[in-house]
Amino acid sequence: MKLVIAIIKPFKLDEVREALSAIGVAGMTVTEVKGFGRQKGQTEIYRGAEYSTNMVPKIKVEVACSSDLASRVVEAVQQAANTGAIGDGKIFVVDLAQVVRIRTGETDETAL
Amino acid sequence: MKPLTKLGLGPLAIGAMIGLAALAAHPAFAQAGAAAPASPIPAPTVNKGDTAWMLVSTLLVLMMSVPGLALFYGGLVRTKNMLSVLTQVLMIVCMVAVIWVCWGYSEAFTSGNPFFGGMSKLFLKGVDANAQAATFSNGVYIPELAYVCFQMTFACITPALIVGSFAERVRFLPLMLFIALWVTLVYFPIAHMVWYWDGPDGIAAAALKGAAALDAVNKDAGLLFQWGALDFAGGTVVHINAGIAGFVGCLIFGKRLGFPHEPMPPHSLTMTMIGASLLWVGWFGFNAGSNLESNGVTAVAFMNTFIATAAAGFSWAMVEQIVKGKPSLLGAASGVVAGLVAVTPASGYAGTMGSVVLGLVVSPICFFFVTTVKNKFGYDDTLDVFGVHCIGGIIGALGTGILVAPALGGQGIADYAAHPGTLSAGSYDMVGQLIIQAKAVLLTLVWSGVGSAILYFVIEKTWGMRATPEAETMGLDISEHSERAYNY
Repeated sequence: MKLVIAIIKPFKLDEVREALSAIGVAGMTVTEVKGFGRQKGQTEIYRGAEYSTNMVPKIKVEVACSSDLASRVVEAVQQAANTGAIGDGKIFVVDLAQVVRIRTGETDETAL
Repeated sequence: MKPLTKLGLGPLAIGAMIGLAALAAHPAFAQAGAAAPASPIPAPTVNKGDTAWMLVSTLLVLMMSVPGLALFYGGLVRTKNMLSVLTQVLMIVCMVAVIWVCWGYSEAFTSGNPFFGGMSKLFLKGVDANAQAATFSNGVYIPELAYVCFQMTFACITPALIVGSFAERVRFLPLMLFIALWVTLVYFPIAHMVWYWDGPDGIAAAALKGAAALDAVNKDAGLLFQWGALDFAGGTVVHINAGIAGFVGCLIFGKRLGFPHEPMPPHSLTMTMIGASLLWVGWFGFNAGSNLESNGVTAVAFMNTFIATAAAGFSWAMVEQIVKGKPSLLGAASGVVAGLVAVTPASGYAGTMGSVVLGLVVSPICFFFVTTVKNKFGYDDTLDVFGVHCIGGIIGALGTGILVAPALGGQGIADYAAHPGTLSAGSYDMVGQLIIQAKAVLLTLVWSGVGSAILYFVIEKTWGMRATPEAETMGLDISEHSERAYNY
């Protein structure tokens, strides 16, 4: 099992969600996050005071899936979230040791 | 006949009667007939429309302070200091209103010396339902209590303007002591110097008596009034006065902790927008109400208040577009306030197009002060009271000297003495008027700057006005008032 963590531009969330649904991903967790990479932050100006923010708002999407599906999940996110500009984000894939569905107690593949 | 207590007119009106009696006793007049010649001065009348307008204007100016100014300022500070600003503005209004009826009105608007008034109306002695105050038209009066209330709102808002300069870093009670002393030693005297005079009928009556009487009446007025300084609704009295007082305060108390490295963005520009809009609406009472009656000049002031403000809001945003690449809401709101400040002294004197020019000009200058000058010198005028109110007020005061010119569509200088009983146009000299305006600005800057500096210094050294670093870091809402603005 794999956990696919994608940091994407906020306005790309709907497209990513649709692309993942299309390949059979049944659930995901979405978090509003801030961070920075190559993309520069925004400058805020309040009359004479200028503040540059280093952190850029992003969306973090987490999808747990079977190992077979992981490459297709990565491909779907990569295509859906792509604008071609700096700041499109990154995708991380990590191994998942255990999954438990709280309601039934099912574990691993059946719990996904 | 009901007893009339006029604004500083009691003895003069009696003097005028004696004067007329003396004229009638003159042989040349005695031959004219048995009846004494009728006075050219209309009998004092109080008009219900004028009274209603003045009471409405009073409410409008009160709305400028609470909630207008409070929200305008409150939105600009950080969440942790929101309530401290709201409390300061509200409590200043409450406290100064009480001071005003106790000694403020008498100190500002009774006969005394050229710098401050006397004690004849201490605790509003004799100011009852029958008392009348002069306006700017011969024979037209308003209830003196309406005038007291209207002027009270000015006394309330002016010290409230100051707190923006050192917002987020002063303790509440020492601030209140400062304000009580400041209105007594700075505001009331300047209001007296600029606005106290004997009224149109007082001048007319004296003019009928002769040059000596006219001279005496003119000498009874406040110092700046004697100079001929024009300030329709309070450019010097309110804005330069408060602006320089705030500026001196922010220098004496020093910068906020973390300024300018730490980001201190406004916590709610939405509230700032609401506050600026309420200020604009309320300012019609401030400026047009300052005509003290409801007539054509009131409409002039109303239009000028409208159009100078619009022009200034527009030009600030356009300057930002050019200099910074984007127009901002805070910029547009600041422009609106700068326009209101600049048109205040000019409102009843300038013409419509003059006001448009004034509005277009004031914003780029204020913008320069709150961005370039402030950043270059590094002072921490938290809410730009100096850059907007003091500088905008100076532009307005000087601009008034130019825009009053009849050739530029202005109203010209009023002369009540040339034809006693009627208003006629006085002589106007642009350079001379500009010099008078500049002298008035300088006197206000020095009086308020020095007076405020002494008060700040004494209170800071004896009681301590600046909040402790711990209290400042925690936020004044919790450390001074034990409450939070927002509990989610």
